[in-house]
Amino acid sequence: MGLYTYDSRDIPKTDRIPKLVEHLYAKLPEIESARAVLITESYRQTENEPMVIRRAKAFRHILENIPIIIRDLELIVGSTTIAPRGCQTYPEFSYEWLEAEFDTVETRSADPFYISEQTKRELKEADAYWKGKTTSELATAYMEPETLTAMEHNMFTPGNYFYNGVGHVTVKYEEVLAIGFSGIRRKAEEELRSLSLGDGDYQKRSRFLQAVMISCDAAVTYARRYAKLALSEAEKCQDPARKQELLVIAQNCANVPEKGAEGFYEACQSFWFVQQLLQIESSGHSISPGRFDQYMYPYYKKDLDSGRITREFAQELMDCVWVKLNDLNKCRDAASAEGFAGYSLFQNLIAGGQNAEGIDVTNDLSFMCIQASMHVFLPQPSFSIRVWNGSPHEFLVKAAELTRTGIGLPAYYNDEVIIPSLVSRGLTLQDAREYNIIGCVEPQKAGKTEGWHDAAFFNMCRPLELVFTNGLDTGVQVGPKTGHVEDMKSFEEFYDAYKKQMDYAISLLVNADNAIDMAHAERCPLPFLSSMVDDCMKRGRTVQEGGAIYNFTGPQGFGVANMADSLYAVKKLIYEEKKITMKELKGALLTNYGKGLDIEDVAAVTANIARDMQEEGQTVGNREIAAILESVAAASRSQEAKANGERILELIEEVPKFGNDLPEVDAFARDVAYTYTRPLQNYRNPRGGIFQAGLYPVSANVPLGAQTGATPDGRLAHTPVADGVSPSAGKDVNGPTAAANSVSRLDHYIASNGTLFNQKFHPSALSGRKGLENFVGLIRAYFDQKGSHMQFNVVSRETLLDAQKHPEQYKHLVVRVAGYSALFTTLSKSLQDDIIRRTEQGF
Amino acid sequence: MQDDRDTKGRIFDIQRYSIHDGNGIRTIVFLKGCVLRCRWCCNPESQEYRIQTMMVQGKPQVIGRDVTVREVLETVKKDRPYYRRTGGGMTLSGGESLCQPEFARALLRGAKEEGITTAMESMGCAKWEVIESILPWLDQYLLDIKHMNPAKHKEYTGKSNELMLENAKKIAQSGMTELSIRVPVIPGFNDTEEEIRAIAAYTRELRHVKRLHLLPYHRLGQDKYAGLGREYLMGDVLPPSNEQMQALLKAAEAASGVECQIGG
Repeated sequence: MGLYTYDSRDIPKTDRIPKLVEHLYAKLPEIESARAVLITESYRQTENEPMVIRRAKAFRHILENIPIIIRDLELIVGSTTIAPRGCQTYPEFSYEWLEAEFDTVETRSADPFYISEQTKRELKEADAYWKGKTTSELATAYMEPETLTAMEHNMFTPGNYFYNGVGHVTVKYEEVLAIGFSGIRRKAEEELRSLSLGDGDYQKRSRFLQAVMISCDAAVTYARRYAKLALSEAEKCQDPARKQELLVIAQNCANVPEKGAEGFYEACQSFWFVQQLLQIESSGHSISPGRFDQYMYPYYKKDLDSGRITREFAQELMDCVWVKLNDLNKCRDAASAEGFAGYSLFQNLIAGGQNAEGIDVTNDLSFMCIQASMHVFLPQPSFSIRVWNGSPHEFLVKAAELTRTGIGLPAYYNDEVIIPSLVSRGLTLQDAREYNIIGCVEPQKAGKTEGWHDAAFFNMCRPLELVFTNGLDTGVQVGPKTGHVEDMKSFEEFYDAYKKQMDYAISLLVNADNAIDMAHAERCPLPFLSSMVDDCMKRGRTVQEGGAIYNFTGPQGFGVANMADSLYAVKKLIYEEKKITMKELKGALLTNYGKGLDIEDVAAVTANIARDMQEEGQTVGNREIAAILESVAAASRSQEAKANGERILELIEEVPKFGNDLPEVDAFARDVAYTYTRPLQNYRNPRGGIFQAGLYPVSANVPLGAQTGATPDGRLAHTPVADGVSPSAGKDVNGPTAAANSVSRLDHYIASNGTLFNQKFHPSALSGRKGLENFVGLIRAYFDQKGSHMQFNVVSRETLLDAQKHPEQYKHLVVRVAGYSALFTTLSKSLQDDIIRRTEQGF
Repeated sequence: MQDDRDTKGRIFDIQRYSIHDGNGIRTIVFLKGCVLRCRWCCNPESQEYRIQTMMVQGKPQVIGRDVTVREVLETVKKDRPYYRRTGGGMTLSGGESLCQPEFARALLRGAKEEGITTAMESMGCAKWEVIESILPWLDQYLLDIKHMNPAKHKEYTGKSNELMLENAKKIAQSGMTELSIRVPVIPGFNDTEEEIRAIAAYTRELRHVKRLHLLPYHRLGQDKYAGLGREYLMGDVLPPSNEQMQALLKAAEAASGVECQIGG
């Protein structure tokens, strides 16, 4: 039994919500300059002060002066930009990339932004100050040359925190709701009073606490500006209903977040200011609301019981919060935008699950969160559901209804794996039970953790490429010399070489992350954020300097399925069945299985050969290089390479693949995943925490796959790498249960920074109550087998059309044909057309 | 028990994650060989017992393999977590499973011994003794009734319907399994309200029927006929429209007095 009774009935959407959404999406999002200009002004005036004070003063200067706006019909106010869905810039982290992309940012394919000529000028002027002062520049200075080399050669990319704020945190929203920033300020004052001037760390602690006080005041000042604006707009307003709304808004903003929230409405407004201001302080994404249904519930319950609020109005307020979460935006560099495609801020909000005592705490608001995502139907918040044996069935069925809409929400998380996994990393059982998700899939305890989730993308395919080149990439020694691959006598020897390449690349990844970590601590400590994370106030340090109770660094590996299939193919075809030689495979990989190489690939291969020759004592001049270039290009186009490639591809095709419920292959994949997850957990970060692996790709498996050559699983050069822990696209041919069984055989506990498993379904697979029940059963059964996360693409007509063009990538797509289901790609063209037609009619 | 698991039989497919045939998430084992030759059959490769070659997307594919009960159950057992969570299990389909009675019985019994629920799609076209010996291991009988008129039945399926209708009565009266009646709705054969009503009325007579399913004709099997070098006798007959199915559903509900649905 859960702790609460709940009301799961649907609540209708009000007219306000579609109007707010329409306004938000009326035009291309815009880059604004106000924040950059203001922070630069402030920094110029505080040159000789402690960094944490400079940060707080800059925050205050921004909040006192940044233009504010109340959008038409809003009930919850607070906008970071005047333009809807606009973004500010954060030159203290990095700025060069934006200046370089000024002229293309509006027209690029992934996440374009409008930028006016005036804004460009203002940003350029502000940016001039930041040369040599950014976190990314300091981080580079902290990195070893071999680390920089590895990054240049795409072994991994820590781009996220290298160029931006960290974000990736959930703060103690509940404390702001309870005592307001005046209460938090008081706590800082008390701490300050308890210090003695002669303490060895007095300087550090006192300046931090002062910075917290300045930040709290700044937040209150900002809200009061909104109170004033609402009042003046109310005075001008002709519509009596809207006038009344504006007066209430004015009152709300006068009360919160300064004081504790009186009721649910104030709690929503207070929540929103926290959420918004965290992102003004730093540019990090994945600042995650976490367990909204839990910390908001007391305010809702009290108002509902006293008759101060109706469920319908509470729902409307939540819908308004959901809309606001889409008002925040962030401009990334063009390459990162492809890795995080879709303007996403990954503000993960989670409903359901247990409390610290292990009792289910699903409540009215948990259902209303699902309802809000249905009403607003926008990508934010990244909405998640906690699932465990005690989850109410109705709750999961309601969540499945949301999945059925095709929005790709919610993601489902398994308490039964995540809680023990977090305990294994040092969280108390009570804290672990209260976990929420950050960003994509990363679990942590809110208000106590600086998790540095999403710390880098690590491409597990690249070290395997280096095994074939003895550590060379485009003629540069990027990895260790693990010997000539043709000389490897056993699979164990080959696998050991891969592990050595992995270990080395992982050590450089750690070096990169820790360098960036140091840079953030020195140049961008965040006092406002730190005022809401334990135990910063007691320790007198920001989270960037190790103030949080739990500290982790979680870089994510991807390509597990490709590496499992690749290594298994090598084991079977070369060492056990001896159907091909290593030399033949190497040749096939170099020529992209005879499918031809582009000019850059030819140059890369040539550079490796030239380097090898030099090491053997030969002189390699321009003439020799030209000759090699010519012969590589010719070889890659030759009939022989083509025939050889085709023959090897056919043999690879027959080798069993991960994702088909074959225990031997799956056990092998589990071991391959350990080549990333095990070495990583031995490393420490500068905040006193450990590294923990995630296995998920965001959307980077596509762009980073483009930087990867052909792999022995039959994957062609530059094509996407498998996403998360999912099988390679099209390689799982035994349906969704078989794929889920395979994926569940990986060790999800050790990947405590999260795993990601994607499945695709046609909406018809979820049709009717029975469809929902079976869908919920599928999730539960995967979770019974200790999978950690599941998300679903309930596919659309567009996907079905694409499936017709590329059937090899959609072998597992289940569609409902009439009174039964079938694999889409096995149907005749005419029937496929028929289904697509019917889908349009929404059968 | 040991011997039972070594029983051999002939199947042509095992399909996991089937969600529209019986309760929950199911694994369907398709047995090869059938007594009827229905013109609309969507699995023409199931009809003959012998192992055949069929062209599939331009490539020859061998249809049919001989397997032991043990081998089939190895696959069926893989989805046990899903059965447990959804009330699903194993379904025998075909062909007509009763054409391989020893094998079918051993499969059903093996599944039950493993704690997996069982269902069987069948026309009931076998000696009663055969059916009777299977019932103790069968949780759900999904019984086809295609037409009440013996002559028309024979014309379109190759066999008259008396034996099947008789067996339907006995299955219903046995009380040993949950019985559902399934009617393929075939344009030009049985898609009038009158014909559906007749089947529904018979369903009422049977008593002890859980549900009546109307399964709209579809053209999924069309390509397979070409692949087998056979002519598709349905020509270009179109599936019944939604409106027509709704009307037939109403007629079936009124005449049968049991829960009726479109689809499996």
